[in-house]
Amino acid sequence: MRITHIEGTALPMRGDDIDTDRIMPARYLRAVTFDGLERHLFEDERTGSAAGDKASAQHAFDNPRYAGASMLIVNRNFGCGSSREHAPQGLYRAGFRGVIGESFSEIFFGNSLIIGLPCVTAAHDDIRRLMERVEKQPDARIRIDLQAGTCEVEGFTCAIALPAHARDALVTGAWDTTGLLLDRYAEVDRVAARLPYVAGF
Amino acid sequence: MGHTLLQKVWDLHTVRTLPTGQTQLFIGLHLVHEVTSPQAFDALRARGWKVARPDRTFATVDHIIPTRERTRPFVDVLAEDMIAALERNCRDFGVRLAGLDDDRQGIVHVIGPELGLTQPGLTLACGDSHTSTHGAFGAVAFGVGTSQVRDVLASQCLALEPMKVRRIRVTGMLPSGVYAKDVILTIINRLGVGGGVGYAYEYAGDTIERMSMDERMTICNMSIEGGARVGYVNPDQTTFDYIKGRPFAPAGDAFDRARAWWTSMASDRDARYDDDVVIRAEELTPVVTWGVNPGQSVPVVGRVPSGQEPAVAEARAYMGFNGGEAIAGMRVDVAFVGSCTNSRLSDLREAARIVSGRRVAPHVKALVVPGSASVKRAAGCSMCLGMNPDKLEGSQVCASSSNRNFKGRQGSPTGRTLLMSPAMVAAAAIAGEVTDVRTMITQASGTRSLKPEA
Ligand code: SF4
Repeated sequence: MRITHIEGTALPMRGDDIDTDRIMPARYLRAVTFDGLERHLFEDERTGSAAGDKASAQHAFDNPRYAGASMLIVNRNFGCGSSREHAPQGLYRAGFRGVIGESFSEIFFGNSLIIGLPCVTAAHDDIRRLMERVEKQPDARIRIDLQAGTCEVEGFTCAIALPAHARDALVTGAWDTTGLLLDRYAEVDRVAARLPYVAGF
Repeated sequence: MGHTLLQKVWDLHTVRTLPTGQTQLFIGLHLVHEVTSPQAFDALRARGWKVARPDRTFATVDHIIPTRERTRPFVDVLAEDMIAALERNCRDFGVRLAGLDDDRQGIVHVIGPELGLTQPGLTLACGDSHTSTHGAFGAVAFGVGTSQVRDVLASQCLALEPMKVRRIRVTGMLPSGVYAKDVILTIINRLGVGGGVGYAYEYAGDTIERMSMDERMTICNMSIEGGARVGYVNPDQTTFDYIKGRPFAPAGDAFDRARAWWTSMASDRDARYDDDVVIRAEELTPVVTWGVNPGQSVPVVGRVPSGQEPAVAEARAYMGFNGGEAIAGMRVDVAFVGSCTNSRLSDLREAARIVSGRRVAPHVKALVVPGSASVKRAAGCSMCLGMNPDKLEGSQVCASSSNRNFKGRQGSPTGRTLLMSPAMVAAAAIAGEVTDVRTMITQASGTRSLKPEA
């Protein structure tokens, strides 16, 4: 599947260094499938969850104004920590089709790309403006054009960035890598044959 | 111009440049465990694929292993399902498994090295972010997610972006009571939790060269907490001595050939680095985290920062600390020595040396969970991530030798974690509060010097 645009309403999730333990608590890794993970996003910090004694401010994921959002807006180093793919899987299954933020952890970025969930970056001030805009007007539709490298929301446009390889993979539909890696398996064997440890030295 | 170990390993393992511009990299060793693999095996089944190189794949169970009751089937049906799935998958796909009753079982990052599977110059992947641990041997080791586990199972390859190399040179003698854990916590504090994104960290300098393999593993393990997906130390005599004689290590003449090749893979003297950082070991002190990421730490003689920046204020509020409060003297409820960062025999010994002749404070629950069955039975991840019954309760404060102080990490959504070295955990267990382990070392006259072994 080719992914060239992402369009929809957005959910702003403020904070730097949001780790994957927060996005998807470890107890939900206790399963042999990814089914149902969308129900547990940020569970420990959301209203009505086990974190009853947490600050009472409503969590963005519980705010009905953002219901149905297909884009997530985040700040710096989003998705750091554990390599659990359960975090992007939960987001994808909850209907998110893109994440826009100041920066991402590498493993989270790769885990998202490989399931067709683009993570694009924008400048600090642009993210601030986007978040403010969406907070004021949650039904604003955001449109990200991966090829043009732009993000548009009703009259406001900013540049977005994405490594060239990720953009190419998304727009050509090559983000699901296994097929690509198996494509010329003879070359894999050739590399294995030149590695002294493969044959036990 | 010479090359770094990373460049040499990368070039040698490159299959081709993919149409997307990424590198298709051959993976020399794939370590598999129960939590991040079931969906990957199912994907192979769905498409009728085989495991490409069972000979380069090795599985164990760790994350979900109960510390106490280990009879099968487990009382916990979810845990039982996961273990059963891995057993079935390994059987169906012909993958070697060090299962629950195998004396080789343990945390994947502890047993890879113990078995001699982890070796210099190879590429290694595992569905766990602390795979960087294996870099201590001069391997280039990547933590990956489940879809990438699927890629490696099916093709023995990963699609990756080239990375830059930052050399971090640690020089000088570590003061008594200051450990590898303090070195890496200091590095993360200085360079930031996102500072390593896009980089591999090469740990060098005489302090690192004098370190044992266990200490190097502690350092490489936490590379990812600094944002660096890969961390490594160049292989040397210490590395070779560790590997020699292990079950999967080359033997006899093959070992000599291996050593020559391993040596040739180390970074050249005139290698070019994208960045260079120097850390002076003499200046280091025991370090404790006060916040909710591993970069939020202070020396044990320091104070919780009083800044009003949102990240600092929020972390302080979660931890229940006041700005300006001394970190020493913080009451702890639980003391945990374990995890793939610090659960090796030398870590347990170091903690035991502090505890010897003393008693754990009555209000403290102390838990020691070895990293592998060869360290002791009942090995696993345990309270590092609270996937088995060992969890914090309520807002308990835990002095922990693990690697993550994220909110909720140790199993209670409001639990609080203070990261420190195993010796500092032992000191906290005895005092019942955060304590400078150096004061206990001077009290315990006659104990052996705590300097890292040469
Ligand atoms: S000990 Fe902790 S960090 Fe290490 S592999 Fe287990 S859960 Fe992950």
